Amino acid sequence: MDLAYKILIDPFIQMGSAPDLLVQTLWEGLVAGVLYSLIALGFVLIFKASGVFNFAQGIMVVFAGLTLVGLHELGVPAFVALGLTIVVMFGLAFLVERLMLRPLVNQPDIILFMATFGLTYFLIGFGELVFGGNPKKMIASELYLPSGAYDINFAGGFVSLQKIDIAAAVIVSLMVIALAFFFQKTRIGRALRAVADSHKAALSVGISLEQIWVVVWFAAGIVALVTGIMWGARSEVSFSLQIIALKALPVLILGGFTSIPGAIVGGLIIGIGEKLGEFYWGPLLGSGIESWLAYVIALIFLLFRPQGLFGEKIIERI
Amino acid sequence: MFYREAGQFKTTYQADQAVFPILQDRIGLALILIAAFVGMPLLASDFFLSVVMIPLLILALASIGLNILTGYTGLLSLGTGGFMGVGAFACYKLTTIFPGVNIIVWVLASGFFSTALGILFGLPSLRIKGFYLTVATLAAQFFLDWSFIRVQWLTNYNTSGAIEVPTRTLFSFPITGPNASPQVRYLVILAVVTLLTWFASNLVHGRIGRMWMAVRDMDLAAELIGIPLYRTKLLAFAISSYYCGVAGALLVFFWYGGAEPGVFNIDQSFTILFMVIIGGLGSLTGSFFGAALIYGLPIMLKGAFHALGWNILPSTVEHITFMTVGALIIIVLIVEPLGLARLWQIIKQKLRVWPFPY
Repeated sequence: MDLAYKILIDPFIQMGSAPDLLVQTLWEGLVAGVLYSLIALGFVLIFKASGVFNFAQGIMVVFAGLTLVGLHELGVPAFVALGLTIVVMFGLAFLVERLMLRPLVNQPDIILFMATFGLTYFLIGFGELVFGGNPKKMIASELYLPSGAYDINFAGGFVSLQKIDIAAAVIVSLMVIALAFFFQKTRIGRALRAVADSHKAALSVGISLEQIWVVVWFAAGIVALVTGIMWGARSEVSFSLQIIALKALPVLILGGFTSIPGAIVGGLIIGIGEKLGEFYWGPLLGSGIESWLAYVIALIFLLFRPQGLFGEKIIERI
Repeated sequence: MFYREAGQFKTTYQADQAVFPILQDRIGLALILIAAFVGMPLLASDFFLSVVMIPLLILALASIGLNILTGYTGLLSLGTGGFMGVGAFACYKLTTIFPGVNIIVWVLASGFFSTALGILFGLPSLRIKGFYLTVATLAAQFFLDWSFIRVQWLTNYNTSGAIEVPTRTLFSFPITGPNASPQVRYLVILAVVTLLTWFASNLVHGRIGRMWMAVRDMDLAAELIGIPLYRTKLLAFAISSYYCGVAGALLVFFWYGGAEPGVFNIDQSFTILFMVIIGGLGSLTGSFFGAALIYGLPIMLKGAFHALGWNILPSTVEHITFMTVGALIIIVLIVEPLGLARLWQIIKQKLRVWPFPY
């Protein structure tokens, strides 16, 4: 009875008695959710166009961030470094397509998935070899990203909003709009959607699969770069960041692998659910439940909708 | 020239269905077993046994466990580390509560605790498929990893959060703990691994194994020909977790001699998964090859740099190892998606027709 009270009633009393804390927690969840959405977006792009579940998205985030910071440390001006990093990400996309995807064409999905594991390990080793294993500070101020916080008085307390978080939310929204435009209105975007529907049919109308894959991996690389900058500006760029790739999995599951709006909504649900759970229910179990709560949330959703919230209905034929 | 089945006639159905239909294979296996049981403990140095052979056997056992789930039944799991941890901690609790019972009994029994959890986390597998199921196993991995740290009852309220293996004996020989000699530990592990491999071999070659493979190839079609889908998948989860649990218990009790909670984290799951992929999905022999390659590669690289006289920082060696393993995974997948086990088969086939390949 006491336990039921602690689980079912007590947290809500806490929420009601300190609304400023609740809003702060919600905001933090929202921001974490936005960043999860960003990573999930990278996954969805590649999955839609090639059916590859790209496990290496996490390390691509780290790699892009480290390249940017590393170049800046060599004395390259910030925005030139940004441009060069974009070139590097294009090179990566090109090499991945040429050396990994092309020989593996027509293999089962699971084989391609595992190949991206290999890519992850390769990039971890390569990145540490080139940039060293130490965490680096993101060059946020050089890129004119705001720092500091707004403090807003709210219901007797105050809520603190980091400016960088607001910037992240704005940039993510802009990027989603840009991606939507790219997918819906441009020639390459239409080709991408065709490839996503059916590789064979796309090939038969003369769409170059190789070219599309490079474009898609490049787009995912750009998303990774933005994620790296934003996440790096909040804390720092280090290899432990690549574990967020695993955090993006439940987000994808919730949203469905093929849906861009799904990635956004899934990210927000996971981010907010995680922070609320940790803050209000965490102390019951001993803290740190953040590490697995996201997966359990996703699992519960999955039991009711096996294809995710926004995924296409799974139709199986023999 | 010698490896050829000419003149070996099969007169019974059993002989035709044998796991090793060729006489030379059976002789080869017997030689390997004799070398492993007699030659190794007598000839190999303590260092070789404890640094190479013991880890290799334990990791191979865990790979067999994952191979049953991923290679034979086609259910991708990232929870191997967690299930290994369950076995290890169960074994630790059992032997501290009942110190009188032989440790080998507890090692084998601890697998059943993994089985129970494996079935629990396998429950969603009927509704959820493919990558979606991977998340269910990830939930298991992170939840279990978290409980090893948070639930202090598991470590007997040890303040450091780590467990220390007590000394246990068999026929008054110490077989675990700091006093156990590598030879004795090696023999115990070898016996357990041999027994379980033999059992797995019989499973995958029999009716159950065929059911698993049918589910892997296409679960809907398997259901239509009358295979109970749910039971088959849960059975794969159960047996796979059992193997992982026993491997985890062996790892802590006979190799590490103690365990910090971080031992069974997600990296452990990935390492085992790589062994299965490199070795060959759906092959027991491949599990051994994969374990040997992935575990042996860093040691060999270190040795190679040392032999070449290059003075390289240990951290650099580690980075190069990461790169090599990553590249190797991609290369193996491109050259031979079925892994080292398939290469081994090709070599054997070539040997059979050598020296007249036409």
